Amino acid sequence: MSTAASVSTRRPAAASRLLMSGNEAVARAVWEAGARVAAAYPGTPSTEILEALATYPDIYSEWSVNEKVSLEVALGAAMAGSRSFCAMKHVGMNVASDALMTMTLTGVVGGLVIAIADDVGLSSSQNEQDSRFWGRFAHVPLLEPADSQEAHAFTLAAFALSERFEVPVILRLTTRICHVKGLVTVGERSEPAVAGFRKDVGRWVMVPSAAGRRLPLMFERERNLRSAAETSELNFAETGSDRRVGFITSGPAYMHVRESFPAAPVFKLGFSYPLPFDRLRAFAEQCERIVVVEEVEPLIESELKAQGIAVAGKDILPLSGELSPQILKPAIARLLGEPEPPAAPTPALPVFPRPPTMCVACPHLGVYYTLSQLRNVTISGDIGCYTLGFGQPWNALDACISMGASMGMALGLDKGRSDAEKGQKIVAVIGDSTFLHMGMQGLLDIVYNRGNVTVLLLDNRAVGMTGGQDNPGSGRDIHGEDAPRVDFVRLVKALGVRDERVHLVNAYELPVLLRTLREETKIPEPSVIITSQPCVLIKDYHALKPYTVIEDKCTGCGNCVDVGCPAIHVTRRDRVRKASGREVDLAFVRIESAACTGCGLCLKPCAPDAIVHVDTLAMPIKIVKTS
Amino acid sequence: MSEEGHFATTNILVVGTGGQGVMTATEILAEAAIALGHDVKKTEVAGMAQRGGVVSSHLRFGRKVLSPQVTPGSADVVLGFEAAEAMRWRHMLRPGGLVLMNSGRLVPPIVELGLYAYPADPVGEIRAAGTHVVSFDASAIALELGDIRLGNTVMLGAISDHLPFPAEVLERCILQRFASKKPALVELNRKAFAAGRQAAEEAEKAAAPA
Repeated sequence: MSTAASVSTRRPAAASRLLMSGNEAVARAVWEAGARVAAAYPGTPSTEILEALATYPDIYSEWSVNEKVSLEVALGAAMAGSRSFCAMKHVGMNVASDALMTMTLTGVVGGLVIAIADDVGLSSSQNEQDSRFWGRFAHVPLLEPADSQEAHAFTLAAFALSERFEVPVILRLTTRICHVKGLVTVGERSEPAVAGFRKDVGRWVMVPSAAGRRLPLMFERERNLRSAAETSELNFAETGSDRRVGFITSGPAYMHVRESFPAAPVFKLGFSYPLPFDRLRAFAEQCERIVVVEEVEPLIESELKAQGIAVAGKDILPLSGELSPQILKPAIARLLGEPEPPAAPTPALPVFPRPPTMCVACPHLGVYYTLSQLRNVTISGDIGCYTLGFGQPWNALDACISMGASMGMALGLDKGRSDAEKGQKIVAVIGDSTFLHMGMQGLLDIVYNRGNVTVLLLDNRAVGMTGGQDNPGSGRDIHGEDAPRVDFVRLVKALGVRDERVHLVNAYELPVLLRTLREETKIPEPSVIITSQPCVLIKDYHALKPYTVIEDKCTGCGNCVDVGCPAIHVTRRDRVRKASGREVDLAFVRIESAACTGCGLCLKPCAPDAIVHVDTLAMPIKIVKTS
Repeated sequence: MSEEGHFATTNILVVGTGGQGVMTATEILAEAAIALGHDVKKTEVAGMAQRGGVVSSHLRFGRKVLSPQVTPGSADVVLGFEAAEAMRWRHMLRPGGLVLMNSGRLVPPIVELGLYAYPADPVGEIRAAGTHVVSFDASAIALELGDIRLGNTVMLGAISDHLPFPAEVLERCILQRFASKKPALVELNRKAFAAGRQAAEEAEKAAAPA
């Protein structure tokens, strides 16, 4: 590769100090390490790593269809001798682990680094997992940076370690690494020679006999890795004058410990699997007592206890969520029998919750408004912006577990229904990218096993929740260049859904959507309704003329509020007694026309035709309704 | 801060809702601190921010910054981009700290649906809790200048006289950012910054105890 091309003019010079997030620092180091292949599926908090990498020259980067494929792509490149990288959020490794658990036997030739980003505190995830377990489970080394600078340095160290021991290395990140910006001293790219793929069935074809021969090698490697951890500079002890409590810690928890107890001895683990027991034991002997501070499960704590080293940990610290000085200080004060530091001096004032909402004109609004009109329906949901359909005002999503699970769960809800639920309709809702990630197989299972499920495939041509990334359904690659676009209609037909049971519907045409849903949920066989309007946050979306409300015509019925669009605001509430004697609550509205992009979803529910285009307000206009 | 040098680390919490430019504003504040040679850490939980949810961005700067999070009761300034959000995060303030806030409101669907009430007087409630508040309608100023998106520059103008460095450093960082990305908007942002600075100064005078 030419050296002239390897550094573009946009790149900062060596030894520059830049304000970088942990994600940006990892990407920079992957590039500097000379990696040639990088793959990922978007997932908070890891998404920005590949987004940043895609801007660097001389490295192939891709959005893969799921994390397992991304890891396999990275492995293939490492088999060919290239340095390679893959990134995922914590739950991504659940999907990718099938590959991980055997590639630990084959090992790698080119360095392979796997960044796993744990969403500690569940800012945008369905669970909280501690990915450090994968180091132990797969017998691979695991590095844990504590800030952006370390994220950069540890990534470089991970590639070196990976090649030295011919093993994939896990770089364990958390939200407070990924999404914290700090100053990073960066370097330049160097490009190691690429060996090329060397055929070796005993190593690369993992049939039982070959895999069996490699098991002892894996355990020998693990012993050698433990020796390496004993001498690694990524693990170090800091002496302190206050030896009443010594801390053993890793990752961002180190920063909280250092901030909270400046005079305490601290052992910081950067190379945290395999653990350097000898050094940890020696450290423990210098302190009156040891507290392990780790996010988030008691992993180091359990291993140390198994080694006969007395430590405290999760008996005094929380088992979930982020740590911070405000948690550590009182816990240690209690342990030492000291008075606790006062809680926050200014108590919180009560304020309404502000949950995330769908965007103005989001094509999902119409889908959930329509679903909320159906009766006797169970809605099996999936992971994406459309998970928000469970909330107000729609209340139209009944389950959400994992990527693609809407399909299998729907089939199970169908097959396992009680006698009382014979007439219940089963609907599954899934987005385009989630369907391609892990939903296709579930739909195939529904078809193959003759399930009575209506699938709503919400194709908005983007991975919306993580910021509108491209995928095989968007027709663009990670660089925004044209790429082959999957044809969802042909795809679901190829999986066996009958031609007349597949419908392509405009997500903004509510009457058609409602009619199609009513019809398909009556027919006891698999059907797929595909909506195909783009996410409002991507460039495929074109805003239309905004609407406004004619104040005198608004009767306060409040129907438009049920669409759930954030541009509709209630100006006045009232309660009136109808002729029948029934009391009715009224909500008069206005539309925030500056925010409105004219999708027209609120027109249909508006009984008095009070909603008109802003520029037609002056003239009398008859809105033609489709039903 | 007014007590310059008293605090080893300056803690600023910028709060608002997704789409208001909270994270960008905090990043510019961070750049200004870096320009003056400070160590800096900036963090937020941004996973769902784009969906109109709550955004709180933490900025810490000083000689050496360890933990990135501003903990409750330790913020020198809470910079609120939205009235109810300023109220939500007021407890993050240290004793004697300042809430500098936009009195403009963004009412979420959950309130429009009648499920919750928007606080009747966020400024008054914060003040009644014994907190020093400087409040003005930054949204109105931004709209008057022609674009609601200028709100974050208005707010940066407002905080510029409450930092342990001259307002001009922050202004320069903002204008440099626009000069390299959107040169056509430099003048407008200069005006927005000045308008925010002036509005905060006037609001502070009005709020000063007699």
